Amino acid sequence: MKLEIRDLRAQIDDTPILKGIDLTMESGQLHALMGPNGSGKSTLSNVIFGHPSYEVTGGEILVDGENILELETHERARLGLFMAFQYPVEIPGVTVGRFLKRAAEIRFGEEDFKASAFIKELRSWLDFMDMDQNFINRYLNEGFSGGEKKRMEVLQMLMLKPSFAVMDETDSGLDIDALRIVANGLNELRGPDFGGMVITHYQRILDYIKPDFVHIMYKGTIVTSGGRELVEALEERGYDWIRKQHGIEEEENEKEIVHEH
Amino acid sequence: MSTEQEQVQVEDYKYGFHFPDESVFKTERGLNEAVIHAISDHKNEPEWMREFRLESLRTFRAKPMPNWGGDLSGIDFENICYYAKPSEKQYDSWDDVPAAIKETYDRLGIPEAERKYLAGVGAQYDSEMVYHNIQQELKDKGVIFTDPETAVREHPDLVRKFFGTVIPYSDNKFAALNSAVWSGGSFVYIPPGVHVDVPLQAYFRINSQNFGQFERTLIIADEGSFVHYVEGCTAPVFATDSLHSAVVEIVALEGARVRYSTIQNWSSDVYNLVTKRGVAYKDATVEWVDGNLGSKRTMKYPAVWLMGEGAHGEILSIAFGGKGQEQDTGGKCVHCASNTSSVITSKSISKDGGIASYRGQIKVEPGLTNVRSHVECDALILDPESKSNTYPYMDIMSDDVSIEHEARVSKISEEQLFYLTSRGLDEEEASTMIVNGFLDPLVKQLPMEYAVELNRLIELEMEGSVG
Repeated sequence: MKLEIRDLRAQIDDTPILKGIDLTMESGQLHALMGPNGSGKSTLSNVIFGHPSYEVTGGEILVDGENILELETHERARLGLFMAFQYPVEIPGVTVGRFLKRAAEIRFGEEDFKASAFIKELRSWLDFMDMDQNFINRYLNEGFSGGEKKRMEVLQMLMLKPSFAVMDETDSGLDIDALRIVANGLNELRGPDFGGMVITHYQRILDYIKPDFVHIMYKGTIVTSGGRELVEALEERGYDWIRKQHGIEEEENEKEIVHEH
Repeated sequence: MSTEQEQVQVEDYKYGFHFPDESVFKTERGLNEAVIHAISDHKNEPEWMREFRLESLRTFRAKPMPNWGGDLSGIDFENICYYAKPSEKQYDSWDDVPAAIKETYDRLGIPEAERKYLAGVGAQYDSEMVYHNIQQELKDKGVIFTDPETAVREHPDLVRKFFGTVIPYSDNKFAALNSAVWSGGSFVYIPPGVHVDVPLQAYFRINSQNFGQFERTLIIADEGSFVHYVEGCTAPVFATDSLHSAVVEIVALEGARVRYSTIQNWSSDVYNLVTKRGVAYKDATVEWVDGNLGSKRTMKYPAVWLMGEGAHGEILSIAFGGKGQEQDTGGKCVHCASNTSSVITSKSISKDGGIASYRGQIKVEPGLTNVRSHVECDALILDPESKSNTYPYMDIMSDDVSIEHEARVSKISEEQLFYLTSRGLDEEEASTMIVNGFLDPLVKQLPMEYAVELNRLIELEMEGSVG
């Protein structure tokens, strides 16, 4: 799958957030999108999936050459796109098992769906993610801790095997063990048929998942792109370095940290 | 709304079909003494029952219409047929039931359900039970499951002891109406210590137009017994209104437990005004599971009177108020003894301009100790046009009482829909999943077959609900 974003512009409540984003990503590649809070990273992932609160004011998003901006959210998902949410929503009364079974039926086709194979696979991924088997019968995300919610996102990704996944700050709020488990989950999926974009503002998850490409986003545009060396440069010099390089004035309210304290 | 949309609505209701009216006897439209005599004559009733009916009619006339709850101004009592007899007799084999009536029940899946998971079935078509059957094994244990007319003839002592004692004809206008013109329903008696492990079911079907169905059910669970009784109902879709006004009385004697489940799925032109009440004596339990999906207006508040120590009452109410519908439902528990407990749980959903209201009452009589009650109502509103109301009444006259009341109103959030649609579910399926999830804690308490049925009905209600 090839995901191309061309001069994408979007706003929320008349406030422009994305001011011309260009990115080309393909299966087999892992991209990291970094940047301080408020730079528009989460907006980008929401716009890729057609969140109703955002209005696209210009540009295109192409999947294998076809513009998907007119497609409904579920139609985009059915192309093989997946988003791991920064803040997964609670769905009371809907069990993880029931929800994932339905999502898997849609993803892989109802005719080919085998309940026994599904449940077996679900159980083994739960073990892999170091999650209790009881999660199958728990209501989706209801009463989950922050870390459990993030693991549940990765679990869903493992079950649904997307062609391209956007992971929106899946690393934030995780302790080091959970971070390693989440990174392992992503690494399981890596291969020629899987592409992904990891959104983060910490470098530490990148120690575990080794992205092929790194993009730095700032105030609604991609200000620089490169390889893994960019992460190290950023770690050493901080976002100030980016600001100076690109002649951007720092504003009072956006002192950002790159490192986890 | 346009006619086209109206038609779509009609087609959505799977049970909207009807057969030609082939009643063997029908009273003229309108209500008067002659109608009462005609009903009484056809049933060959004892004089005391005829008198009971006539007295009830006088009370009905004297009582004003309720000035609260749903809008009932559309009911024209003079344009309703109060008695339609569908066949000459009642049958205990489906093969003998007249063809059109049998086909109706086949399409509703009743004979199949009877074979698979019911201990006994009663089927009412307009005014009369056309079929009643119960497993021989239960008959041998002394369980009685029949229509009330037969019970009046064959078990007069039991009937006279309990009939109209839980819900007197003077209780409210519609109980008076039912008492005057009642026809059909069920009479159930469970002997001491007998546990009926699989449910008994009665199915109520209206076939005639501008018709009023007034069945009457009396369930007596003798000491230490158990029974689960299930009631289902549907009607054809006509352009004009019908009335369903039942009375259900439950008597749970010492240590008995009765569970009564309803999945009401009347067509959208039926006024459904039902009085349901149970009395629980020492250590007895009465449970109502009351699902209301169909009808134009429903006013129904199943009640439990807790008469002896250790008694427990439980009411689960599920209401779905769709387009043009008003579901005014809830429950009532009256604590008349110490060491009693009650739980009322209500879940309502409103969509397409529908109204779902919870109306409930907890009453604790004076001088009691250790009384506990928990009331929980959750409402889910699917769009800005729809409404949900909560009317909780508390009437507490003792001090040693623990009462909890929780009420929540929620809406399906954009974020929930976005989350589910991002996994490939379309918006309609996502909304349905959220609605079914909202009901799940209640539905789980239903026997599996009814849980499946309820989920399926919710899916039908949700179809086409997202633009």
